[in-house]
Amino acid sequence: MQQSHIIESNDSIHGIIEQLKHYLPSQSPLKDFVHHNSLHAFQDKSFFEGIFNARDIFGYNVTLNIDEFRNLFRLGRISHEVLNKIIIEKKGTDQLQYWLNKLLNEELIYTKDQQVGKIRKLWKSEYKIDLDNRVHPVLFRIICAYLDQGISISNFPDNGTGLINNLRFIEKNSYSSFFKSKRAKALLLNDDICIEDVLKLLVGENIPNKMYLFDQQFAHRGWSGMVSAIEDNPQTLLDTKNVSLYDFIHLELLLEVDALDQQFGESWLPLSSKYRHHGSSDFYAKPIAMEDEVLILFQEAFEWSYYDKVLSSFKHKYSTIETNIDLPNFQAVFCIDERECSLRRHLENVASPCVTYGAPGFFGVEFYFQPQNGKFYEKLCPAPVTPKYLIKESESAQEKSHTIFYSKLAHSFVGGFLLSLTAGVVSVFELIRNLFSPKMTPAISDAFAHVALNSKLTVENKNLNDTENGLQIGFTIEEMAKRVEGQLRNIGLIDHFSSIIYIVAHGSSSANNPHHGAHDCGACSGRPGSVNARVFAIMANHVAVRKILAHNGIHIPKDTLFVGALHDTAADQIQYFDTLLLPTNLLEKHVIYTQQFENALDLNAKERSRRFASINTKADIKHVRKQILNRSVSLFEPRPELGHGSNALCIIGRREISKNIFLDRRAFLNSYDYKTDPTGDLLVNVISPIGPVCGGINLEYYFSRIDNQKLGAGTKLPHNVMGLIGVSNSSDGDLRPGLPLQMIEVHDPIRLLVVVEQFPEIVLKVLKSSENIFNWYAKQWIHLVVINPQDGNLYQFKNDEFILYKTVADKTEKVENFHELFENATEMSAFTIENATTENLPIYYLN
Amino acid sequence: MEQYLKFFIFIPFVGYLLSLLIKQKQEKLIANIAVATSFLQLVLLIVFSVNWFIVGANVLDIKQVTLLTTPEFDFFIDFYFDKISVVFLFVGSLLTLLVAVFSKSYIHREPGFKRYFNNVHLFFLGYSIVVIAGNFETLFLGWEMIGITSFLLISFYKNRYLPVKNAMKVVSLYRLGDVFLILAMWLSHHLWHGNISFFQILDFNATAALIHKHQVLATFIGVSIVMGASIKSAMYPFSSWVARAMEGPSSSSAIFYGSLSIHLGVFLLLRTFPFWQHIFIIKVLIAVLGVATSLICNSIAKSQPTVKTQIAYASITQIGIIFIEIALGFHNFALFHFIGNAFFRTYQILVSPSVLHYLIHNQLFSGITKKVTIPSKLSNTFYMLSIKEYNMDATLFKYFWQPFKWVSNKLLILNNKYFYIIISILFLLGIYFDINTFQFHPILLKSFVYLFSFISLMLILLSFNERASSISAWLNVVYGHLFIMMCVSINSHIAFSYLLLYLLSICFFGFIGFQAIRNLQKQAALITLEQFHGNGQLHPKLSILFLVACLGLIGFPISPLYIGIDLLLTYIERDQYIIMIFVALCLIFIEISLLRIYTRLFCGIPLYSNEPISFKSA
Repeated sequence: MQQSHIIESNDSIHGIIEQLKHYLPSQSPLKDFVHHNSLHAFQDKSFFEGIFNARDIFGYNVTLNIDEFRNLFRLGRISHEVLNKIIIEKKGTDQLQYWLNKLLNEELIYTKDQQVGKIRKLWKSEYKIDLDNRVHPVLFRIICAYLDQGISISNFPDNGTGLINNLRFIEKNSYSSFFKSKRAKALLLNDDICIEDVLKLLVGENIPNKMYLFDQQFAHRGWSGMVSAIEDNPQTLLDTKNVSLYDFIHLELLLEVDALDQQFGESWLPLSSKYRHHGSSDFYAKPIAMEDEVLILFQEAFEWSYYDKVLSSFKHKYSTIETNIDLPNFQAVFCIDERECSLRRHLENVASPCVTYGAPGFFGVEFYFQPQNGKFYEKLCPAPVTPKYLIKESESAQEKSHTIFYSKLAHSFVGGFLLSLTAGVVSVFELIRNLFSPKMTPAISDAFAHVALNSKLTVENKNLNDTENGLQIGFTIEEMAKRVEGQLRNIGLIDHFSSIIYIVAHGSSSANNPHHGAHDCGACSGRPGSVNARVFAIMANHVAVRKILAHNGIHIPKDTLFVGALHDTAADQIQYFDTLLLPTNLLEKHVIYTQQFENALDLNAKERSRRFASINTKADIKHVRKQILNRSVSLFEPRPELGHGSNALCIIGRREISKNIFLDRRAFLNSYDYKTDPTGDLLVNVISPIGPVCGGINLEYYFSRIDNQKLGAGTKLPHNVMGLIGVSNSSDGDLRPGLPLQMIEVHDPIRLLVVVEQFPEIVLKVLKSSENIFNWYAKQWIHLVVINPQDGNLYQFKNDEFILYKTVADKTEKVENFHELFENATEMSAFTIENATTENLPIYYLN
Repeated sequence: MEQYLKFFIFIPFVGYLLSLLIKQKQEKLIANIAVATSFLQLVLLIVFSVNWFIVGANVLDIKQVTLLTTPEFDFFIDFYFDKISVVFLFVGSLLTLLVAVFSKSYIHREPGFKRYFNNVHLFFLGYSIVVIAGNFETLFLGWEMIGITSFLLISFYKNRYLPVKNAMKVVSLYRLGDVFLILAMWLSHHLWHGNISFFQILDFNATAALIHKHQVLATFIGVSIVMGASIKSAMYPFSSWVARAMEGPSSSSAIFYGSLSIHLGVFLLLRTFPFWQHIFIIKVLIAVLGVATSLICNSIAKSQPTVKTQIAYASITQIGIIFIEIALGFHNFALFHFIGNAFFRTYQILVSPSVLHYLIHNQLFSGITKKVTIPSKLSNTFYMLSIKEYNMDATLFKYFWQPFKWVSNKLLILNNKYFYIIISILFLLGIYFDINTFQFHPILLKSFVYLFSFISLMLILLSFNERASSISAWLNVVYGHLFIMMCVSINSHIAFSYLLLYLLSICFFGFIGFQAIRNLQKQAALITLEQFHGNGQLHPKLSILFLVACLGLIGFPISPLYIGIDLLLTYIERDQYIIMIFVALCLIFIEISLLRIYTRLFCGIPLYSNEPISFKSA
């Protein structure tokens, strides 16, 4: 059997730690939640090769299992025609029956046999000691106390010298000890002892250190990953901590010695004395087996069963597109987020002839933001970008409110006594109020609280020396113009300006939700994008900026104004910024448009409500809207919204391609006009964030849905907030990175399909211009199809080239109005996750 | 008025039965029954209390139903109602109502939706029984229900490792507390020469005189009560179980460990106050426990870096203070303190996930102040002790559980057929003696009694430590039960009908459990005990069946064994404390062994599953 080693052998400890860091989860503390591919470490391989490697080495589930696929086939969610087509394409026509039989009927055995963790089992089998049970509780407590951001009142006596040095210090200056035996403590206190020495004592010669350390660290990948993520990016903690994976491993090894000494005295032999295995001394990739090929065929058939319908609707629509030359009443630029897809559809219908656009929700302006009285800066741009600018808020009328229920007093002796006698009795009324009439409180994460409505922002920089901590305060006129022009050109909004152009960012309010960052804007590092929308509008309204734009060929009429706004995707509320600056004639129009936005929001709330069992979609629409609002402030509601659940598509092109097609909030919509970009230069800008942002979201949902226990965070209900940086299931559990069950229930685990409206040869050129972009598609972590504007034909990106794609479906249903569609949609049956996604609706045209 | 008291039991009981009948899919109906049940209870309580208050607020007591009478023993259900009942029942019904409303949305689509609400019902029933119980026997009925529901809710996520492990940890301690109550019952049978109701103890002079006459015995009763209360209310050195118990959904943690269950120790002390008020040393004991607990748990609470454990320890700190208040006689104040603490901690646990947003948002504006002072050696010491939770877990393990493990390891040599042949012969001899008691010398008989109680303890400890065969572990418990029965039967003649009842229930539940394991074995599931196998996921019906069999053998009030065990106790004479200790230990380890078998076979991470499987550390 051919085996290729996928984790490079490297004997130095630092080399091993580098590899560990690569494979550990890289999720930051929850306050900085950014979606990313959970199996990013395998992204240098093609999708299926990568995920099966991950399965064989770490034991994750990486696809639906065969029974689930067969069930999807029975339910009709995997189309027979598409399945046949996929098999024929991959295996040839003569093999069709052979593979069909395998897929549908044959008894297939899937053995679960993971490579990581095997050596660790020797402790239990040979030494009869459950080392994890002995070491984990104390290890987790120490690291959690050390990293704690502000839950505890007595803090870890931190002297900033790093975990191990710090422990040395307090072990020396204490009458107690974290260790139960003398030797382990002595090993800690001896500065000359390093990891290698402890490993020699503990593991011995025959077992490669790497195998041991991978087993050890992957027994608690949550904490190890967090330590590694904080080490790489210490600024992610407000209360910064000096920590390294090296120190963390050092501590764990010493605690293991301690546990063994306590059990056996100091005379036990190292683990390798019991190690008999002489096979591979490294983790290896297995070749893809027949059973896995069945899963691949099923997965692709599942994906294309959906994509095909989408593509067919686009293809039929494409021939009927006519360019509208009327001036729209207003224009609105939204985030590409697929949750805005439905709001845009409704808005276009209730406020016709308005035109909507989609752009990544930081609107091309990257900066740090410091709210009034804020002691820290918040990054407001995609995570990989490091901004050089700072925007400061002032003259905010917003008051910070407090609540007694989180007061630290409650946990002290006297304070707890007094509070339980006073606030304690009040709290029951508070609870009753929240149960029966929920409203916003300081405890609830409020998207609108991010920036005050009419506060001042330091957008313009008039003096380059105006800096703070190395950041330039505000943008110069040229910098502003560059960003505004870039943004407008990317989305193809360079003429036909209406008098009001809304820039609508989004955020999400939710109660009792440590994962609230995952509901906010991914392009703004998991925060609401309100400041970005405001800043963009202020820039675009700037007279000097307009001058430069005009000089560069973009003529924005003088009476056109940009208005920043924030859409709360959970509460379905919109707030508009700086409307005091609008002249009366525009203000009058704005009042009318606001009402149209409200009507669209009503419809949007109704559309969303069909997925919530507690809301009757057929009820009065205002009532439905109110209930949607209530969800976002209800303590008892683990699903304030469903986040990116069910995302599957990303459309880069003119709105006309998908306008009036019901895509069920599953598509990221990025505006782009091929006509303004004959060379593809703009497309490079537009397509490069799609992989990390949309692909990252999609893959995180994919893996959290497929293996909610190992790659997701499991159900939210028992979650316990640890040190304000993560959640675990209980007091002694490991951190749980990934998405909780409540976010992924309705998600169909399929990869993202990116549809680009452009000539295939230009797209190919763009892809080849950057290896980073190219690999996302070439290695099939994302699918790519191009609509050729010339003839409306579809081309699928396959084996590094574009191949004509012929759709299987030939017809798309039509509906007269949306109300019926939502009201008559199937209710999800209560319990099985497999059925939950059957309520993802098919594609419809709106008549 | 007394005759209406039974409705406080009737309502939750009917609610529970209804809830059992509803199909899993009917979420709304299941939740609404729970809401309706607790709401009705609350309304009934308010109406009843107002009337009770108008007619003078006198203590009510009613001997509701007699279950069993023997010449020496009168087993009856007794209800009692006073100010303490009003307060506890009010807080209990209100919080159950609120948590039921909360859970209706919160638990939505959770695979254990129905299981969760069933457990809430059973808890509510047990709680109501405890609160209006008029004697120890009735109180104990509810007390056991609460123990089992705690176990079931901590292990709510039964296919993960930690919930199951921690559920075992907590239920073992709870059982220890139960057995202290059993001891208290046994001792008070002998103090009063019969079954006593709380109403009778109210007679200040009579109680004082009796206690004065039997100082030592009374003190032992007092200590047993205080121990039972301390374990339930997590006093030092038992406090660490509360942190381990935070495994279920937040809403169940809130109602159990934030508010109701954890204050039952307080209730027990208040309820038995008319008794122990006459014994000074008990007051001192309660106060000392209260002081130690509040100081130690306060220091632990302050150092906790996780939100739920912080709330848990902060709550225990307050309960420590409540213990002091009770010892000092400030009972109204203690009741008020209980109300405040229960509401406060319930709310805090329910909103605990919000803490991340709230505190981070606060820090954004208030900044981080790093301490620059170098901590003293002493403060470091206390900090480290707090992080280690003052080694409570380890100490309890080392000094309580470890010795039994050691003994049962030594007993492993008995695990051969000769031992079983010998004890079978002994058992037959026992039957012969039992039938022909009069022919033998009392000393011979007594030594047999000692021997049998010892054998039963050995058998049960063997089961407790069995690693290989779940069948032999199961059978050892059944044999152990038989020996206990034989031991008491020889000790003092028991009517044949009772013996038969006892025997039949052992055989019935023993058989069900045995068959469940055999069925599991036939379906190729692993049935060894060296680790959790999680068979419950593939065999949910067998899992329930086996749990019922376990509960039956434990003496849970679904089986006549419940009365049987009580009955036995009265037959153990006052001077036979060695036998009583053996039997008490048996009762502890029967429950632990049986639940251990249940969890190892049916709970934990499944070996084979189509569902995603969790990591052990998760």
